[in-house]
Amino acid sequence: MYRSIFFLLPSWILLLIFFVGPILLTFYFSFTNLALTGAQAQSTEFIGFQNFVTMFQDPGFRISVLRTIVFLFLSAIIGQQVLGFLLAILMKGKNTTFRRTIGIIIIAGWVTPEIVVAFCWVAFLSDNGTLNMLLNSIGLESVAWLFTFPMISVCIANIWHGTAFSMMIFQASLDDVPKTVEEAAIIDGASKFQLLFRIILPMVKGSIVTNMILVTLQTLGVFTLIYTMTGGGPGNSTQTLPIFMYNQAFVNYQLGYGTAISLVLLVIGIIASLFYIRSMKVQI
Amino acid sequence: MNRFKMEKVLPYVILSIIALCFILPLLWVLFASVDMNAKQALTIPDKLTFSNFTSILSDPATIRSFIIGLFLSGGQAVLVVIVGVLAAYPLSRYSQKYKKPFMFTILFMTSLPITAVMVPVYQLFIYLNLQDSLVGTMLFLTASGLPYGIWMLKNFMDAVPLELEESAWVDGASIWRGVRRVVAPLMIPGICTVGIFTFTMSWGNFFVPYILIQSPDKFPASVTIYQFFGSYGMVEYGKLAAFSIIYTMPAVILYIFAQRFMSQGFSLGGATKG
Repeated sequence: MYRSIFFLLPSWILLLIFFVGPILLTFYFSFTNLALTGAQAQSTEFIGFQNFVTMFQDPGFRISVLRTIVFLFLSAIIGQQVLGFLLAILMKGKNTTFRRTIGIIIIAGWVTPEIVVAFCWVAFLSDNGTLNMLLNSIGLESVAWLFTFPMISVCIANIWHGTAFSMMIFQASLDDVPKTVEEAAIIDGASKFQLLFRIILPMVKGSIVTNMILVTLQTLGVFTLIYTMTGGGPGNSTQTLPIFMYNQAFVNYQLGYGTAISLVLLVIGIIASLFYIRSMKVQI
Repeated sequence: MNRFKMEKVLPYVILSIIALCFILPLLWVLFASVDMNAKQALTIPDKLTFSNFTSILSDPATIRSFIIGLFLSGGQAVLVVIVGVLAAYPLSRYSQKYKKPFMFTILFMTSLPITAVMVPVYQLFIYLNLQDSLVGTMLFLTASGLPYGIWMLKNFMDAVPLELEESAWVDGASIWRGVRRVVAPLMIPGICTVGIFTFTMSWGNFFVPYILIQSPDKFPASVTIYQFFGSYGMVEYGKLAAFSIIYTMPAVILYIFAQRFMSQGFSLGGATKG
């Protein structure tokens, strides 16, 4: 018994100080007027639900929640999830060399660090970038993509970065669908669409749910990509919750208020994580 | 006959188009890095040059940021593996009452967004007088990588038969020695997977050092590349592209190296995305 405590001790200490600690602090600080500078920095007070009242009255907060939902829906659910599934199902049973080439190209975007992804896409979408060059070459006008469609731009960059993960998850689960089941369905006269919607989709339902939750959790925390591509702008048009949290805490120096916003993020994360664990049906 | 052909060809056409869309933004970085007069748009360079790379690699500030990055991510990966193997041992070998809730807590932690706790972490670092400390940052990164590490390592350890260890004990080895000499060597694929994943995730991490480190001379590569991005006003595209490629290389090399272990890692589930 004492031996197992000895083995577990280092991990417990690290997790308690740097993981559980900050989570508990989130709950505490969000009820204070903690600030980085000024009088409040000297004497931090417990202010009850004041931060939350401010937050729900703050149009900046409401718009950030909306932006976050749009970002999640477009880039995580529609983008990464659907595109990843489409890639996996189209690649199934294709020529090995072709499959591998496509796979490497998609995975390259996943292996690339987020900040380099941001940089690639800023260059690609800039006024004199590759996309406008291509548009000009077929006689179309240039578009200031990052300015006119900032949300679409960051969504596309996030899809580019994340789709490989979904694709790999779906490839693994599609490989688990027994060939005999598919063959039997085809012999019974099932069309391609019937095969997909009646046989394959129900069989990989579990991994779709798990992947959806994981992708949602990951996208919920995306900061670097948006911060480095647009800084949350122009205006506040790409200001998702993590960016809003950062601005309140580190640009406006309102750490207490910033923590209240991160509590909202954390609670959304906790709920999604609980769904994730339920969907995993793990054996321990 | 015609319809049949269409059905065969169509997936290849769709996949090729998607792949083309995916490769275009990447091609620009590759071409711009070897072009003296790189512009924002994709152009084939007039003549190949490696001067962008040499000027990046001869800058001592860049080299320092890479060494700091290696120190942070490498140190974190090593710590996660050591602490993780230690924690995984009793979780894999003994049956205890608290094991199940502990493992579920660990699984739960793997999926929490780290972004959400950065403000309190910053405050905690000020309180512990750890702000601007590379070791402190490394310890925080270690803790944030531990849930995933413990979860994976426990699963890998379950696959190592207990009998092998028991025979080592019969030969007079201590538990500690059994872990080092019998269990750890048999878990090399698992240890590599966890170590490489941990390293790659933190190598690409910009947010954590950006918040916790203040002095520019302590910035890892992920933060210097951002400053470079801003301060050069996006003029020296060639150099920026070269920096991006050098910075991306460790992640790519490790990914290729880890691929044969990866399939094992994936089927075990868990948050494999950082």
